[in-house]
Amino acid sequence: VSPEEPPIIVERWTPTSVNATIVAAVVYLLLFFGPAVFSANLTDQLTTLFIYVILAVMWNALAGYAGLISIGQQAFFGLGAYLAVRLSEWGVSVYPALVLAAIGVGLVSLPMSVFVLRLRAGEFAIGMWVIAELLRLLVNLDTLIQGDTGRSLIALSAYDASVRRAMTYWLALGSMIVLLGAVFLLLRSRTGSSIQAIRDNEQAAESVGVKVLAAKRVIFVLAAFGCGMAGTLWLATSTTFQPRSFFSIQWTAYMLFMVLVGGIGRFEGPILGAIIFFALEAWFGGAGVWYLVVLGMVALLFSLFLPRGIWGWLDDRHALHLLPVGYRLTGITSLDGRRPERIKHPKE
Amino acid sequence: VGLINSILQGALLGGYYALVACGLSFMFGVMKIINIAHGTLAVLAAFALFVLAERFGINPFVALVIVLPAMAAMGWLLQRSILERSVRSGELVPVLSTFGLAIVLENLTYEHFGADTHSLAPFIGDFAYASWEITDDIYIGQLAALIFVVALLLLGGFQLFLLYTPMGRAIRAIAEDAATVELVGINSRKVNAIAAAIALVTVGIAGMFLAMRATFDPYSGSLQLIFAFEATVIGGIGSLWGTLVGGIVLGITQNLGAQIHPQGFLITGHVVFLVVLFARLHTSAYSFRHAIRVIFGRAA
Repeated sequence: VSPEEPPIIVERWTPTSVNATIVAAVVYLLLFFGPAVFSANLTDQLTTLFIYVILAVMWNALAGYAGLISIGQQAFFGLGAYLAVRLSEWGVSVYPALVLAAIGVGLVSLPMSVFVLRLRAGEFAIGMWVIAELLRLLVNLDTLIQGDTGRSLIALSAYDASVRRAMTYWLALGSMIVLLGAVFLLLRSRTGSSIQAIRDNEQAAESVGVKVLAAKRVIFVLAAFGCGMAGTLWLATSTTFQPRSFFSIQWTAYMLFMVLVGGIGRFEGPILGAIIFFALEAWFGGAGVWYLVVLGMVALLFSLFLPRGIWGWLDDRHALHLLPVGYRLTGITSLDGRRPERIKHPKE
Repeated sequence: VGLINSILQGALLGGYYALVACGLSFMFGVMKIINIAHGTLAVLAAFALFVLAERFGINPFVALVIVLPAMAAMGWLLQRSILERSVRSGELVPVLSTFGLAIVLENLTYEHFGADTHSLAPFIGDFAYASWEITDDIYIGQLAALIFVVALLLLGGFQLFLLYTPMGRAIRAIAEDAATVELVGINSRKVNAIAAAIALVTVGIAGMFLAMRATFDPYSGSLQLIFAFEATVIGGIGSLWGTLVGGIVLGITQNLGAQIHPQGFLITGHVVFLVVLFARLHTSAYSFRHAIRVIFGRAA
């Protein structure tokens, strides 16, 4: 290596990512005034969008970073809602109950992780589904739920409709920001470097001493907590807990759609995917079954022809990183002395 | 006598599970592909047989002559258009793509046939409920017995096919190392497409028996997939005879569970599956103490 070569620079913040982070922070801040400004309908819609973002970001953390494809995340979604009903019935004040229920889901997922994370890829995917089915059946045994009839979160009716709407909105917005922040900080931490290394090549990561299982466990529990939170929030918007709809595999189908379309393994991808999914649902949701056919078809086509989603596609062309979750190296010279145009993603 | 009967009926039910699991066990165990649309494809075959029986009055057993080649063609198409491409992008991508496919197929059949449940039982006369009396309390359904025998023949035939025919050897070799197999002059794309076609023929047969022994609707596929997967895993992945054992274990435990509690049928089935799945992982080195240490770190 000749001495006059420029040094390698390790960058975390770029001008783009500084601007994007500031914009994101301002948008979040403005969103907090939502209920005061927006119409009731818009407030409800945004609450739904926040829940979708949570679900997408959580599934992306699992599948995109930890390489864990779960088709049973509805287990945590349903369990969160069930625990919220249970806690409320035991006399816990309703809004704290929603958060406590999600924490409860996180606690349940911890011992579960010891077993399921040892499973091989395909077994994990369907094993989680069986766990979701089992939880649905067990919840059905609780006489409080009255089988498929379900149970309302009665304590919510103590609040005026407009207060309830605003409270749920803030709780959803707050949860979304906290969970996005958690994933953001996690990815920037030492564990995050491990996780991104696992994403790129699990065997290689393990061979250089990354504690693969520990990193996966952090993500698994976080994703369980997040999906549990989404479940309790969904309960707060729909008020009635019905095991069949809350433990439905459609939730995982939605998560998969949002992540595949938005861009798997990218921080920004699932957020984009959630917005696209939300818009599609608003426009075509009324089309019923055909809408679901199209969703399935789009997910199928993306998995075949654009497996890294829209964000991955943009990233390939423009090296777009709005949020600084990784490091980027500039000034690299390859061994033969040429400067590469950009660093290729290992999966390409 | 009640206990003996429920074990016997469970074992017969297990024959059905083994039959549903046959194609999945083959694809998962030998070709290393998970097909989430497995159950939905069986339901699709059931609908095809139903239409042929209802509109054209063709006996379902006869209609297999039409439906099974169609299923084989679909298997070929599935492999060429979806599985081949997705396997190349990663081990888990087939899970995503076939999940998408299952959603499409489910909702298309729902769009066409609605949510009503259907059955092939009315088209096979009294065969649907005819039975042999063994003792005063124990009967063996003729249909259940036929399903068991078909499962036995299909799984046995599969095993022999894989072990002793050139095509069977090629399929196994490709699953191990496709690139090397290509070197000795075997067209791996073609062989895989044939393997997928064979797998879907068994799915078609499973779909027929699903529709004869019970009712089905557009969304019945996912539960069939779960049963198939449970039978495969309980019996040991990669072993076709194991799948038969797995199906029988699943059927018996479900029936015993149903005796304990009305909801027990599915619950005990799922529990047995999970216990077997985890027991296999933790047979030797794993213990309760290890689990504690994993959760709380090395200090504990």
